[in-house]
Amino acid sequence: MGRYIIRRVLFAIPTLIVISFVIFAILDLAPGDPTASLPLTIPPEVREKIREALGFNDPFLVSWLKWLYQMMIVEPIYLIEQMFNITIGDSENRVRIISWSSKAPVVDTIIERIPQTLWVLGLAFILGIMIAIPVGVISAYKQYSVFDNVGTFVTMVGYSVPTFFTGLLAIVIFSVWLGWFPSFYDTTLVVNSWETLVLQFKQMIMPVAVLALFNAAALSRFTRSSMLDNLNEDYVRTARSKGLNENKVLVTHVLRNSLIPVVTLIALQIPGVFAGAIITEQIFRINGLGQLLISAIQGADVPMVQTLTFLFAVLIVIFNLVADVTYGLLDPRIRYE
Amino acid sequence: MKRTKWLALFAVLALVLAACGDGDDGAADTTEAGAPATTEGPTATTEAPDTGGTAGQGGQLTLLQWQAPSTLNPLLSGGTKELLAASLILDPLAEYDPDGNLVATLAAEIPTVENGGVAEDLMSITWTLKDGVLWSDGSAFTADDVVFTWEYCTNTPDCTQSGFFTGVASVEAVDATHVLVTFDALTPFPYNAFVTFQSPIIQRAQFAECVGASAAACTDENFGPIGTGAYMVNDFKVNDTVLYDYNPNFRGAADGKPFFGTVLIKGGGDAEASARSVLVLGEADYGWNLQVDPIVLADMEATGLGIVKAGFASSVERIMVNQTDPNPDLGDQRSEPGTVHPFLTDPAVYQALSMAINRQELVDVGYGFAGSPTCNVWPGAPYASTANDACLTQDIDGANALLDAAGYEDTDGDGIRETADGTPLFILYQTSTNAVRQSNQDLVKSYWAQIGVDTELKNIDASVFFGGDQASPDTYQVFYADVEMYTNNSGSPDPQTYMSNWTTAQVISPSTNFGGGNIPRYSSAEYDALHEELTTTGDLDRRIEIVKELNDLVIQAGAMIPLIYRADVSAFANSIQGVGTLNGWDSEYWNVEDWTRSE
Amino acid sequence: MATTRERVEETQDHTIESSEKYRSLWSDVWRQFRRHKGAMVGLILLTVIMFGSFIGPLIYPLDPFAIDTSQASLSPSLDHPMGTDNLGRDVMARVMVGGRISLSVGIAAMVIGVVIGTAVGIISGFFSKLDGILMRGTDMFLALPILPLLLVIIMLFRDPLREAFGPELGIFILVVTIIGVTSWMQTARVVRGDVLALKEQEFVLAAHSIGSRKRSVVFRHIFPNVLSPVMVAAALGVAIAIITESALSFLGLGFPSDFPTWGRLLFDAQGYITITPMRVLWPGILISLTVISVNFIGDGLRDALDPKLRSQ
Repeated sequence: MGRYIIRRVLFAIPTLIVISFVIFAILDLAPGDPTASLPLTIPPEVREKIREALGFNDPFLVSWLKWLYQMMIVEPIYLIEQMFNITIGDSENRVRIISWSSKAPVVDTIIERIPQTLWVLGLAFILGIMIAIPVGVISAYKQYSVFDNVGTFVTMVGYSVPTFFTGLLAIVIFSVWLGWFPSFYDTTLVVNSWETLVLQFKQMIMPVAVLALFNAAALSRFTRSSMLDNLNEDYVRTARSKGLNENKVLVTHVLRNSLIPVVTLIALQIPGVFAGAIITEQIFRINGLGQLLISAIQGADVPMVQTLTFLFAVLIVIFNLVADVTYGLLDPRIRYE
Repeated sequence: MKRTKWLALFAVLALVLAACGDGDDGAADTTEAGAPATTEGPTATTEAPDTGGTAGQGGQLTLLQWQAPSTLNPLLSGGTKELLAASLILDPLAEYDPDGNLVATLAAEIPTVENGGVAEDLMSITWTLKDGVLWSDGSAFTADDVVFTWEYCTNTPDCTQSGFFTGVASVEAVDATHVLVTFDALTPFPYNAFVTFQSPIIQRAQFAECVGASAAACTDENFGPIGTGAYMVNDFKVNDTVLYDYNPNFRGAADGKPFFGTVLIKGGGDAEASARSVLVLGEADYGWNLQVDPIVLADMEATGLGIVKAGFASSVERIMVNQTDPNPDLGDQRSEPGTVHPFLTDPAVYQALSMAINRQELVDVGYGFAGSPTCNVWPGAPYASTANDACLTQDIDGANALLDAAGYEDTDGDGIRETADGTPLFILYQTSTNAVRQSNQDLVKSYWAQIGVDTELKNIDASVFFGGDQASPDTYQVFYADVEMYTNNSGSPDPQTYMSNWTTAQVISPSTNFGGGNIPRYSSAEYDALHEELTTTGDLDRRIEIVKELNDLVIQAGAMIPLIYRADVSAFANSIQGVGTLNGWDSEYWNVEDWTRSE
Repeated sequence: MATTRERVEETQDHTIESSEKYRSLWSDVWRQFRRHKGAMVGLILLTVIMFGSFIGPLIYPLDPFAIDTSQASLSPSLDHPMGTDNLGRDVMARVMVGGRISLSVGIAAMVIGVVIGTAVGIISGFFSKLDGILMRGTDMFLALPILPLLLVIIMLFRDPLREAFGPELGIFILVVTIIGVTSWMQTARVVRGDVLALKEQEFVLAAHSIGSRKRSVVFRHIFPNVLSPVMVAAALGVAIAIITESALSFLGLGFPSDFPTWGRLLFDAQGYITITPMRVLWPGILISLTVISVNFIGDGLRDALDPKLRSQ
């Protein structure tokens, strides 16, 4: 097991380097220009000077290697320094990854955006799991019952209707017509009292509900089919024939085994949830990571796009690994060589 | 099943949650680092000394800028969104009011030849500074800071506003309150450097270490400049929000200015959402740059919570007419000066094209009260010409008659006219991708179809179209099309620089690396001579006369077809008072210290 | 349990039936598929939507591109059953044309994804030498952050392809290829798993032992047996492609504004939701209905193709 994990981690590193190269190559070919958003009144000579200063005209390999060095070495060192309040080596002169549009370190901006993204995504994800598992379990146990039929239909709808459509409807109904919830997400809100908690709740409820519904739908379908597979297994029949009571059969045997693939799926879904944030944040005007990415793409802010997409890739690799390892830990039948 | 395995699962979950927690802490750290003004300046609003009057007692003012600022150093970003956000903090020596008149800000008065501020030979200008102006950190504002601003911008390659110092030979501090700006050449209009929100003064003490290549690395300074304006930065989140506290050292504090204690600039969403937020939901006090379909805006305004204001300056949506030949068969001679367009330089053709357009309909569909039809490059008083106003009325029959008379007949019966040598009147019409532009494009295509001109529409992503990438064939400068549509404007109410965009020297070609502002490649000795005269004329009446003549020359030569005089559009909540006319020439927040709230 | 008893009876019915007449695999699958109510409703709905999108514009008299500002933003009426947009274009005509594009994108992208996925799956399952490298490649593709990359790639290649193939075809090729090329990985994994299992089965070993060439083993024995997961993947692929296309268009980064797809129509109509709500509702409802139908069909297919379930 240990060796397996080490091997996977070692393989992940070249994978990520190749991915970062692919992303960088694509960005380098992209026709965008960081000075495009400046007013036309700024003369072309000044624009050329700005591009020069940004390193926009640097050769591709040079800027990629520079970025790689900054991403792999400079930024982690900086984060460690910040975390433990220490100084490592020549930290004054280390150049961090700088955004072309804000001229500020990219990683700082990303860290600034994490709380709102996590608040919404995390809550929606947890809520989704909390709805999905009971619904899936009951649906499977009472297969073909009214609950199952309604549940199957509702989850199918929740899974199929795109979040940008449900989100749009939610905004029109609850913000514009009823006026219950704000149409903007206020990132400056500090939760320190009962009222601010209510405000925070109000501004989160729509995106969280829309996302949770979507997450719950996919997961409960999966839970249901996993439960069904196990309910037909011989060990269940054996347990029942031994005279165990039904609850015990269900909870200690079927549920436990059925949840193994579900847990894996949950881990695999996490990166996808982050990608889904791009759309949700756009609809609900949450200035989180997804919104940061979109605005960076529009502004041709290459260092920001590069770093963000790379972090998405890192998330995917990590959670794939987590999924594989938990699967091995939870299911004694799976053994890695 | 062993319990440990479940524990492992929870450990994983806990790790994820811990990661979330770390994220929170990290964010708090960087926030503090990013806003040094909070710790260095006089701290929280409540603790600030009562400076008399009622300064800062008006609560919070919420401004929506759907494109949020990415930095607060206006000298490192030419984007309006950053300039606006910085204009609450930093001041220039003088700014423009909504009518385009100069108003002294940090200067005691506007220097003129009459009051001796501008030298008789028009080679220098001396600014006298207001007495007793303090930076928000309490130190004194002096002539030295003005000099430093010039040094900073001219020595920093990233400085986007270096254009404001073109032609400036030197800036010297005569004494603590006098600044002498000397020019390279005769400068009849000396009010560029240190004027408007695009050329504000920064503090030497703060930025002294940030000159040159290190400018971009000075994140703390760029995100929290110390200024002389009504507000100072409390918290800045890149591309998201800016929170300001009022500046107790502000020069108007004794008069109870500014009224609002804090200002929040909030970004995100789009123009339509901002408009809805201000006009329908009452969530904010101001919404910036509302390029929204006029029907939608009018519908929102009908709710009664706020009003929409338009600020006109010099922006004109125009169709640029390529004077050179964009035919791809020409290879690298394509759209180069020296080639001649097969039919667009014929007066009959470009006049017919202009006559066929129903400008009012274009306005109604895309702009509403944010635009009005125009036939001029310079549509604003006092420089606006009236010689071309015939174009305001659509005249399809007249246009057809003109083309008939010039010999453009439809010889092969396909509904498209041909030139004498059989080239069909086919026009490739490009613009940036934007719903309003596409709807106008569609309309113009339908007008031109009625006069036997065939049009292919093309739209290019704005970041490419307006990007200066020399390798791209799709930028507006390269102009590989017959006509193209976009908006341009003058940075200053004085037209001299702007009108130089049609001189021969500005014609775009490979030798200038596609630099230069003469997009249609229009070239006329008469125009060049007249513009030369403008650069040496000090007399205002004569200047107005010349600008009108220049305007008529370029229009009547068919180098461009002006369509719409465009305004900036913003929405205000009804409770906000003291805004006056929306300022199209300078920062829309130029008089924010006078804004108040009434219930 | 009652259900169990019913099932037993059903099984007996089957046995009697099957002894009466010969049943081919596909008629069997169809019989099972017909029992799935959701799948049947989905199939009917999808047929109606496809008919409306592909045949509808031929019958419907109004031009989706004709601008008439005097008819702008009308509510639904007999002349304009779904109203008009802000330029006076008929919404119903645009929704039908939009459906044609959205569905074509869905189907074309699915075909690309499924062909690549099946090919990679079969090759890496059957030829163990290539397995390692192909599966590492698949893992790599799985680790690519698809949505952000799609956004970047579309910005990048939109104009060159537009130039080369004309505005309509250029963008179509771009969107279809990108969605197809980035959605084959799951199919490849599933197919590979099935092939690995099939390879060890007697009939394949027998085919090898009588000297069948590898190509004929793959095409005559392996391929027909992986068809069922491929068909399920195909159904789900259509749904995913339609959602991805509309999400891209909804972000304003897919098809341009002169090119109506359901996603683009929804994006353009957002601002008018309080004035002409039908403009938002119809494209949204149609995207949702299509995806629901396709997903139900996928469910039905999975059940029908699963021999374990079929025998019940």
